[in-house]
Amino acid sequence: MERYYQPEIETASREQIKAWQDERLVKQVRHVWDNVPYYRKKMEEKDLTPDDIKGRDDLKKLPFLSKADLRDAYPYGLLGMPLKECVRIQSTSGTTGKRVVAFYTQHDIDLWEDCCARAITAAGGTNEDVCQISYGYGLFTGGPGLNGGSHKVGCLTVPTSSGNTERQIMFIRDLSATILCCTPSYAAYLGETMKEMGMTPDQIPLKAGIFGAEAWSEEMRQDIQNTLGIKAYDIYGLTEVSGPGVAFECSAQNGMHINEDHFIAEVIDPETGEPLPDGEQGELVFSSITKEAFPLLRYRTRDICVLSHEKCSCGRTHVKMSKPRGRTDDMLIIRGVNVFPSQIETVLINQGYPANYQIIVDRVRNTDTLDIQVEMTPEMFTDNMGEITSRQKALVDGLRAMLGLTAKVTLVAPKTIVRSEGKAVRVIDKRKI
Amino acid sequence: MSVKQISVFLENKPGALCELTSVLAENNIDMRAFSVAEASDFGIARIIVDDVYKTTTVLREKGFVHSVSPVLAVALSDTPGGLNEILKSLSAEKVNVEYMYAFLGNTPGKAYMVFKVHEPVAAAAALSKHGIMPLDELNVE
Repeated sequence: MERYYQPEIETASREQIKAWQDERLVKQVRHVWDNVPYYRKKMEEKDLTPDDIKGRDDLKKLPFLSKADLRDAYPYGLLGMPLKECVRIQSTSGTTGKRVVAFYTQHDIDLWEDCCARAITAAGGTNEDVCQISYGYGLFTGGPGLNGGSHKVGCLTVPTSSGNTERQIMFIRDLSATILCCTPSYAAYLGETMKEMGMTPDQIPLKAGIFGAEAWSEEMRQDIQNTLGIKAYDIYGLTEVSGPGVAFECSAQNGMHINEDHFIAEVIDPETGEPLPDGEQGELVFSSITKEAFPLLRYRTRDICVLSHEKCSCGRTHVKMSKPRGRTDDMLIIRGVNVFPSQIETVLINQGYPANYQIIVDRVRNTDTLDIQVEMTPEMFTDNMGEITSRQKALVDGLRAMLGLTAKVTLVAPKTIVRSEGKAVRVIDKRKI
Repeated sequence: MSVKQISVFLENKPGALCELTSVLAENNIDMRAFSVAEASDFGIARIIVDDVYKTTTVLREKGFVHSVSPVLAVALSDTPGGLNEILKSLSAEKVNVEYMYAFLGNTPGKAYMVFKVHEPVAAAAALSKHGIMPLDELNVE
C-alpha cells in the first residue's frame, strides 16, 4: 500500500495543481517585484511588470537567474524578506568561486521539511522507523533538511552526520536503523565496508535508503540494493531552491516527483533558453512559488534531465523528472563530443568493474585525450595476460559505443583511487585552453 | 608434480616492481624464480617462493591483487639441446605451452624451466612417459 505524507496534495488533480501554480506564481512575482530590486531590474529590462504575469502560461516571459546572478547578488541581493524575519541560512559547497548563501524564514523551513517528509514517507518511512542521517550537517542542506523531514514523519532520528564509518555501522547495527540517508557513493562505501566485516544483507537491519546530492546510475542503484539488502530511492534538491526534497522517488523507482505545489519546473534548451516539451532532454529550471526569504524565479540549475507527466503507478500526480543525466557544467566536451561521467560509469558497472574510477582529460598536441583509470579487483585478476587485455579492449569498445569516442583505459592497483566520504572526485581536467 | 606460482598485478609505473620486492624483502621471503610479463599499461610479476602461504597472506595485507596457479618446473642440463629435449617431449604429447621462463640454480651445469600449460596434471604425466620428472618444489641447490 502506497503511503503519502500529504495525500490531498500529492495526489491532487492536474487542474488543482495548475490552479495552485497560477495563483501562487502571480502572488510570488508581485512579492519579488516589491522586495527584490535585483530581479525587478531584470524584469524592467524586459519591459515587464507584475501585471504581465497572469498565470503559469506567462512564466516563459520572465528573465532567468543563473549561478552568476547569485554570486553577483551575494550575500543579500536576492533576499525577499527583512532579515529579522529570517531564521536560517544554508550554503552551497562552493567548489567554484564564491559561496551561495540561501535564506529561510520559519515558514520556508516548514515547507522544506514537509517536502523531505514526503520523500521519507514515499520510501516507506513511518513513526516506527529508525532513520539514520549520514549526510553532513551544517551549511550543507542534506543533513538539516532530512533531519527535519524525519522529525515530521515521526521516525527516531539518528543524526550521525557524515564520516566516521565505524561509528555509522555501529549505530546501524546497535539501534537497528531501518532507513539510511546519505550520498550514493557513501552508501556504496558503507556497503563495501560492511561486506568486508562479514555482514550479509540479511544481517543489516536497513530496509530503505534515500540517496542524493550527486549523480548516480541505475547500475549503482542495483549494486547498493544488493550489498545492503534495501530499496534505494533517489532524492533531488539544491540549496538555491531549498535543499533536498525538491523532488523524490516513489515505489516506482523510475523518476522523481517534483513538489509542484512549491516549485514550477521547466526544461529548456540550454543554448536558446526556449522551453522544451515533455520527453525532451534539456536544462532544468525552477521557480519557487511559496518561498518567502529566497524567492528565486526561473533559476537555471544546469542539471540536464527530462520531464514526464505520464501517470505513475504510485498514485502521485506531480510531474516526474529523470535522474539528472549530468550537469551542463559537469559535461565534458572532448574532441567536440558531449560526455557525462555518468555514461562512463554505466559502461564500467555493466562490464563488472567497480564504480570507483577516475576520468582524466588532457590535451596533447592540440588533441583531447580521455584516460579512464579503473581499479583491478581480485575477482577480475587472472594470470592470463590475454584475458585481461581482451576485457580491457571490450571496455574500450563499450565506451566507444556509448560515447562515440575512443578512450584509453588504464588498470590501476586496488585502493589507489581515493574513496570519498562525501562527493566523489571523478574528473580531472588538465586541459589548459 | 607441479609447483605453485604466484602472479601479482603491477601498474606500469616507476617503482611498482620495487614496491613488490620491498614487501618480499621485509618479510624475508626467498624467491626461487621471477619473471615479468608486460602489456602497455600494466604488468604481471610471476614468482615462485619458499613459502606460498606466508607470501599470499602478506600480499593480501598490503593490498596487492594476486592469484596462485600451478606450473611445471623441470630441471635440465645446461648444455646445447637441453631445452629442445623437453620441448620435443611436450610436442610429441601435444601439450601447448602458454608461456615459459628459465632460471639458473646454484648447481653448475643445471638450469631450470618453468612451463605454464593448460592442464598441468596431464602434462606432467606426459613428460614422465619420456623420463622427465617435474619437480614438486623448487629446491634449487
